[in-house]
Amino acid sequence: MKTSLKFRIGKSGIFQAITIFFSVACILPLLAILYYIIKAGIQRINWQFFVELPKPVGEAGGGIANALVGSLLIIVVAALIAIPVGILCGIYLSENKNSRLAYWSRLSVDILQGIPSIVVGIVCYFWLVKPFGSFSAVSGSVALAIMMLPIVIRSTEETLRLLPDSLKEAAFALGMPFHRVILKVVVPCGISGILSGVMLSVARIAGETAPLLFTAFGNPYLSTNIGRPMQSLPLLIFNYATSPYNDWHDLAWGASVVLLAFVLFLNIFTKLMTSKWKVQL
Amino acid sequence: MITAAKTARKKKSSLRQIRVEKIFRGGLVLTGLSLVILVLAIMLTLVVQSVPAIKQMGAGFIWGKTWDPVRNIYGAFPFLLGTLLTSFMALLISIPFSIGVAIFLGEYYPNGWFANLLKNLVELIAAVPSVIYGFWGLAVLVPLVRTFETKIGVAPVGVGIFTSSLILATMIIPYAASLGRSVIQMVPSTLKEGAYALGATRWEVIRSVIIPYTKSGLFAGILLSLGRALGETMAVTMVIGNTSLVPKSIFSPGNTMASVIANEFTEADHPTYLAALIELGLVLFVVTVIINMIGKKVISRFTN
Repeated sequence: MKTSLKFRIGKSGIFQAITIFFSVACILPLLAILYYIIKAGIQRINWQFFVELPKPVGEAGGGIANALVGSLLIIVVAALIAIPVGILCGIYLSENKNSRLAYWSRLSVDILQGIPSIVVGIVCYFWLVKPFGSFSAVSGSVALAIMMLPIVIRSTEETLRLLPDSLKEAAFALGMPFHRVILKVVVPCGISGILSGVMLSVARIAGETAPLLFTAFGNPYLSTNIGRPMQSLPLLIFNYATSPYNDWHDLAWGASVVLLAFVLFLNIFTKLMTSKWKVQL
Repeated sequence: MITAAKTARKKKSSLRQIRVEKIFRGGLVLTGLSLVILVLAIMLTLVVQSVPAIKQMGAGFIWGKTWDPVRNIYGAFPFLLGTLLTSFMALLISIPFSIGVAIFLGEYYPNGWFANLLKNLVELIAAVPSVIYGFWGLAVLVPLVRTFETKIGVAPVGVGIFTSSLILATMIIPYAASLGRSVIQMVPSTLKEGAYALGATRWEVIRSVIIPYTKSGLFAGILLSLGRALGETMAVTMVIGNTSLVPKSIFSPGNTMASVIANEFTEADHPTYLAALIELGLVLFVVTVIINMIGKKVISRFTN
């Protein structure tokens, strides 16, 4: 009996050690990636890198100004589309818990969340690229907006649902009409959760490449016309990383550092905000 | 007189308020509706655009082994096999890690600075853009795999299904891990305490109380991971080797449905070719939606 107890305790200890091993081992790839990318790309980061255009193969130097401007524009336009629609839809879902339409739109949000990003790219190609005859930044923005929507809607809905009903009831008792209750009481109370959701969604789409392949397409020059093809950071990394030239690989490493820093900053900032505001996402 | 004008004005303003309220409510319903329309429109676009390929290939599209745009023959079997192989191998590799993290954070060490750090780091795995995983895989993992392949005596190509599975496995860990953690934390402590009181060790509690209680939740997390792995495009495209042949072993290069779309969509010069690629997208869409829906159903049944 005694040996059997020892055996069981030993088995328990071994299992605990295995669990600890696997948990620690799973963050090693992340650390390896961070280390390698920073090591390979950090020496490219200087002022020129941010303000110059990529140089042709064979010339040293060059920067990623076109991709930075393009990424920024594409993300801003995507956010302008997705945020109002997403917040309104979130309000609708939190106000109508049991209607039939709410059931279907909740199902749609679930479906949207699971769509592979490349499929969104294909669809936006047929909606906005083919009819207008040209790849365009705005079609890329629409694709990214579709990917942002479920995150914004979910966080808005969840945040507003957690607010106490007494808040709304008090406002209604004062004779406020529905739209003012929502816009002046409910939304300001839940703004921290909504904002966190928005930032999380921006962080999620900032690194998306697949939906931009057939929409924004990429552009070796600086362009601010959202009706034309435009470069973006992830596209630049993909195109240059798969090219056979070492100069371009170096450029892609530098761009990876910038993209990684931006995405990780947004994620960590959101995390700090949510823990400070005690938001549940 | 003055009071009459005042009441009239008040009435007018409250009438206006009611109108605004109606518009606002209408707007809300409209956005709810627009979401449903968006999803229906996505499905409709995929179906309509893939009609030429469905007409030409029929059911043979799924089982056809040759994908030859020059001869206008489109069989998706190599890509279906590639997607299934990479996703399931990635799942197999990632399960011990994700379940390990879930048990570690849910049961052994739910609090403390190290647990917090680990939790945040695991969530950051999901935040790294997939194109960066692909680039890293190309520069670091492919040479490593090539050395490994030379050692075990298969053709040292480096790129291929095995490499893609490794990258995918890393990328999908957080999805199963974070859901697993939350379901493990939901196990009622009375159940665990009862088992401890009967003299069970930690491992016996995990095996005979926690895992049986949470198995549907853990399964749902694994399904979400699988859904993510099936649709992942960029990282796989960069390290899978991109060939339309049926993969002979797990080390041979191949293509997944997502990667073949990414590679060939802008080159598709023939209407049927384009339609065949879109049909691949349609298949991918249907499969991932079904898997995600099952996962969501299981979760909601678990939490209620």
